[in-house]
Amino acid sequence: MRAALCATCLVDQFFPEVGEAVVAVLRRAGVEVSFPEEQTCCGQVAFNGGYEREAREAALRFLDVFDGSEHVVVPSGSCASMMKVFYLELFEDDPALLERARSLSERTHEFTEFMVNVVGDTAAAKGFEGKVTYHDACHSLRELRISAEPRALLEQAGAEVVEMQDSDRCCGFGGLFSVKYPHISTAILEEKLANIEATGADAVATTDCGCLMHIRGAMSRKGMQQRALHVAEALAAANAGEGA
Amino acid sequence: MSVRTAQFRSASAQAVADPKLQTALERVMGHFTEARAHAIEEFPGDSWEQLRERASAIKAHTLEHLDYYLELVDKSVTRNGGHVHFAADAEEAARIVLDIAKQAEAKQVIKSKSMVSEEMELNRRFEEAGVEPVETDLGEYIIQLAGETPFHIIAPAMHKSRQEVSALFQQWLKSAPTNEIKQLCAIARDALREKFRTADMGVSGANFVVAETGTVVLVTNEGNGRMTTSLPRVHVAISGIEKVIPAIEDVSLFLRLLPRSATGQRITSYNSFVSGPRAQSDEDGPEEFHLVLVDNGRLNLLRDPEFREALKCIRCGACLNTCPVYRKIGGHAYGWVYSGPIGAVITPMLTGVKGAKDLPYASTLCGACRDVCPVKIDLPRLLLRLRQREAEGDPARERSSTWLERMLMGRWSNAVKTREAMERSARLGRFLQRPMERSGRIRRLPVPVLSGWSRGRDFPPLARKSFAQVWRERLAQEPSE
Repeated sequence: MRAALCATCLVDQFFPEVGEAVVAVLRRAGVEVSFPEEQTCCGQVAFNGGYEREAREAALRFLDVFDGSEHVVVPSGSCASMMKVFYLELFEDDPALLERARSLSERTHEFTEFMVNVVGDTAAAKGFEGKVTYHDACHSLRELRISAEPRALLEQAGAEVVEMQDSDRCCGFGGLFSVKYPHISTAILEEKLANIEATGADAVATTDCGCLMHIRGAMSRKGMQQRALHVAEALAAANAGEGA
Repeated sequence: MSVRTAQFRSASAQAVADPKLQTALERVMGHFTEARAHAIEEFPGDSWEQLRERASAIKAHTLEHLDYYLELVDKSVTRNGGHVHFAADAEEAARIVLDIAKQAEAKQVIKSKSMVSEEMELNRRFEEAGVEPVETDLGEYIIQLAGETPFHIIAPAMHKSRQEVSALFQQWLKSAPTNEIKQLCAIARDALREKFRTADMGVSGANFVVAETGTVVLVTNEGNGRMTTSLPRVHVAISGIEKVIPAIEDVSLFLRLLPRSATGQRITSYNSFVSGPRAQSDEDGPEEFHLVLVDNGRLNLLRDPEFREALKCIRCGACLNTCPVYRKIGGHAYGWVYSGPIGAVITPMLTGVKGAKDLPYASTLCGACRDVCPVKIDLPRLLLRLRQREAEGDPARERSSTWLERMLMGRWSNAVKTREAMERSARLGRFLQRPMERSGRIRRLPVPVLSGWSRGRDFPPLARKSFAQVWRERLAQEPSE
């Protein structure tokens, strides 16, 4: 099976280790991974800010970049939603482009959903030691309805998965929102951190690099002991026999 | 209600920093969301989803043919012996109600809950005209005594502690101090009972207006709605034009959706159906019945196919209760009658985008509101559309985006045009970030627009090597296992 990795701009520029983990996990499952280098950003940051023209430009480029890919795997629920759901809106007035957007939408998969539903082989090593709680990234959950997949993968990797209270509540990131209204954004985040802490888990795992950046940023600021991981990082660590 | 939407930033900051408010929000919002979830668990399979679909479709149909249904309302109410008034805006609506009061020589007016009357600032208008208005919904009564506006669509005084309520009652009703909720209710009941008996006119809102029968449907838990609409000589119901539904058969569907979505109740304690003044055979009821149908900006929403669905709202408050933003800032910060996600959508459309330009951005677009909405309004999409109009500039409106934001967006747009441009920007970024970076993190980010991040969160420095570089150097050649 072949898959093109859409790394997302956050992974590309801030969290390359997440990209490495994704590649390692995919390859271990026998997937032939490619990385079309012309990819940059899916356009979500512009789209969510209301900058539709700029978002459309970015989306057009992605239609080209991933034109021939059998599957496109995205380690971020919000970017995957952008490509699967919102591109269709961006091009709804242009039948030819809409057709291409539809094709990309069908071929695009959020990473955990791809592992469970397409690869099917989730027999990652059970080497992960530690307690993990999963934070439902909003777009993964409410645009793509992904919630069982990442939890199943974590469990199969050997993690003890504990549920936090309100795991499905937003972490307060919201892209532009996090810098436009930092006082509200951090108030929401505080509640998330308290819920993570209350589980006694060693790490919180999620499927979106926006949430990851947000939660990690606060944990770092507060000097919290827990780690914030992308699910792929937990799976790669399991393969390497490491824990949280 | 005066529009204070322009103060969103400072008002929301105050709310977030108010521990008393935070406690109240956590308690009440937690209770509402849990109760709602329990109530919906009772529906097997996708039956709840089907109810939402049907309700959404009925609302869509009614809005599509609103001219027809408004005419039908007019005919039905008139047939029942009532009077229908159409008000273009809040000012006209207030004038109509004041005229009715004057005609009826009303000196005392009792009110049951009506959010539209908040749009009209009706209580102030009554007072200026020498008429005494008394709110009879307990929450509304409390905030009337406090001189405040509703904090939540269905729980207007949820931010008030029992101690504060007791203090208000001591001040205004000369009651003895008590922190017992039961006693506080008894005090309010005593005071209100007298008002119910002596009022000349009752003013109510309307949860639904049934076009076919000319019936105003009221959903309450305290029974005050029924007394307001049956005891005084004159009953005036005020409703937004969007509250119309076609037929009496449709009511049961909405009565299943509304209380469950709002408070998690299967049904509210009182469901009142008011179809005009007392008939000859009736033992009680008002001699006069008026229905005031208010536009106040709603036709603008109706005419705009991108925003029309916002008029489907049945004001249950579920989107407020689940909204991570509302749960931190409460209702007053939104600066007008309606708060939460629905408020962030309709307030700019009803009061003007200019003053309310901050509201469409007061959302993380998490989508929780869309999932709980009983009539399936796609609130995140509507917020996005408002942002689009703002960012791109609507000739009729002032832009909300700053030039700085637009400039940064332009920079971003150029930087992501090609891999080469992105690497070039990143290279510059890595160079510029060096003085800010300390042990793998950036504590202060003195960059316009992005600087807000530094509040409570470290920023990750750009990686030494982008993933693309790592791919080229190490991963591209690695064979699959």
